[in-house]
Amino acid sequence: MTIEERPAETKGVPIDFEEDVIQRRPISGQVGIGSEDPATRRAFLANDDNVVFTTVANLVNWARSRSPWPLGYGLACCAIEMFASVAPQHDLSRFGAEVFRSSPRQADVMIVAGTVTHKMAPRLRRLYEQMPEPKWVIAMGNCASSGGEFWDSYATLQGVDTVVPVDVYVPGCPPRPEALTEGVVRLREKISRGG
Amino acid sequence: MIETEEGLETEELILNMGPQHPSTHGVLRLVLKLSGEKVIECIPVMGYLHRGLEKIFEWRTYHQGIRYADQSDYVSNMLNEHAYAGAMEAIGGIDVPRRAEFIRVIVDEMSRCAAHLIWLGTYGLDVGATTPFLWCLRDREEILDMFEELCGSRMNFNYYRPGGVLYDLPQGWLSKLERFLDRFEQDIERDYMQILEGNEIFLERTIGVGRLPAEVALAYGVTGPMLRGSGVNWDLRSDRPYSIYPELKTMKAVVFPDGDAYARFKVRVGEMRLAIALIRECVANLPGGAVRARLGHVWKCPKGESYYTVEGAKGEVGIYMISDGRSPNPFRAKMRGPSFHNLHVVPWLLKGRLVADVVAILGSLDFVLGEVDR
Repeated sequence: MTIEERPAETKGVPIDFEEDVIQRRPISGQVGIGSEDPATRRAFLANDDNVVFTTVANLVNWARSRSPWPLGYGLACCAIEMFASVAPQHDLSRFGAEVFRSSPRQADVMIVAGTVTHKMAPRLRRLYEQMPEPKWVIAMGNCASSGGEFWDSYATLQGVDTVVPVDVYVPGCPPRPEALTEGVVRLREKISRGG
Repeated sequence: MIETEEGLETEELILNMGPQHPSTHGVLRLVLKLSGEKVIECIPVMGYLHRGLEKIFEWRTYHQGIRYADQSDYVSNMLNEHAYAGAMEAIGGIDVPRRAEFIRVIVDEMSRCAAHLIWLGTYGLDVGATTPFLWCLRDREEILDMFEELCGSRMNFNYYRPGGVLYDLPQGWLSKLERFLDRFEQDIERDYMQILEGNEIFLERTIGVGRLPAEVALAYGVTGPMLRGSGVNWDLRSDRPYSIYPELKTMKAVVFPDGDAYARFKVRVGEMRLAIALIRECVANLPGGAVRARLGHVWKCPKGESYYTVEGAKGEVGIYMISDGRSPNPFRAKMRGPSFHNLHVVPWLLKGRLVADVVAILGSLDFVLGEVDR
């Protein structure tokens, strides 16, 4: 199916790579080769068209969203859950975000996992500035999102968004690995939309 | 310019390690003064995770404080809760039901296993092995799943109460625990010991590295597996017994005399084996009855003070609590974090060592910065 053959209501809509390319790619056995269902047949036939029209920006955003490498920036309790989400049970590498870089210069997304204190805040800002563009920030846990249970502490920052711009907030104390995984998925959506 | 032992002249180099460094296990910063490959001085800089826990204890009620005690050593939360609840019970003179004591020991030892698993995995990463980390977290997840079934949270449990624990064991929990213990016991022998003890690189990097003599360890106030790894037989579970530990026949402190990183590794693995035996004994003798003493709807802590210690995963976890008998909050709650005291010995241990050994030595200490800075 080429672009012209697409249904009328979807004409003029930019191609969503997730839906139009990834989902329509037939996988033998899963989509059902020789299936009597016309819908899956059509999906199989879609293999023939290997011409895709898009803008460079869309393509770049799509490519960027596939593997956001996080900065291994564990601060407190949430860091342990961040480890756990990389571990085999909650394999974060399914979403391309398992390569925790120790250097900010190799990282795309900073997962602020834990309480940020006043002493740490300047270092956090410096690490953020050392990361190359484009960069994103996930505030993991209540402490990083809003101060959390240390809301009246004299030593902690009330939310990391007072220091760096935050893209995704993951609530929880600490968030379950599933929650962090969802945060990464939401970030992927945001990146592929051009955020 | 400084002169090395070989008579060569090198420039003194100051190397900042941390606070963002994968091997400092948190946000510790070390200022290392180097002469070539040798560390001539090490200054640890702490406080990057100081959250004012002890002040917050004074602002929260007794029950709310339990939740904050979780946060200090966030790898072995149950043990901190035990110390905090124990301090309250010591002031209030509360009798804990027997079943609650058994449940406490079970969850304590499970928490200890979880903490040592995290240590084993990250220490593997420190010395260059990735697989143990994945295997350790696999077993830890099972422990956390059981905790979740017990109290609804994977970490930061808020499970202890003055006079017992919050919930009784759910149905089928014990059989699940026994199945896990059987598998975990095999995993220790078959997986962890083979991949680490049978690994030449691991042995080379740990044996004889970071040797800590017993007298130095005692002088610096080191406790826990580090002290027992230096050959001092001091375990609060048997030497200053609390809860039902004196009744348990399998309780025998794990001691290794060498004092190097390898001995500490052996002690921690031995403690995991010991924990399995202790849990099994507790499960076999688990009595019935209530899990929480009746304190009435509004419990007021009487006037008094106490220091209650628990053998934590890192050493002696102590809470010194003062109650003024009037307010619903503790007047003061001082926490003795074992990691803080174990960290004192770092400058002594690193002096004169090679840079390459710094990470191997630091990792073997097993400190958690949440407990150091509090």
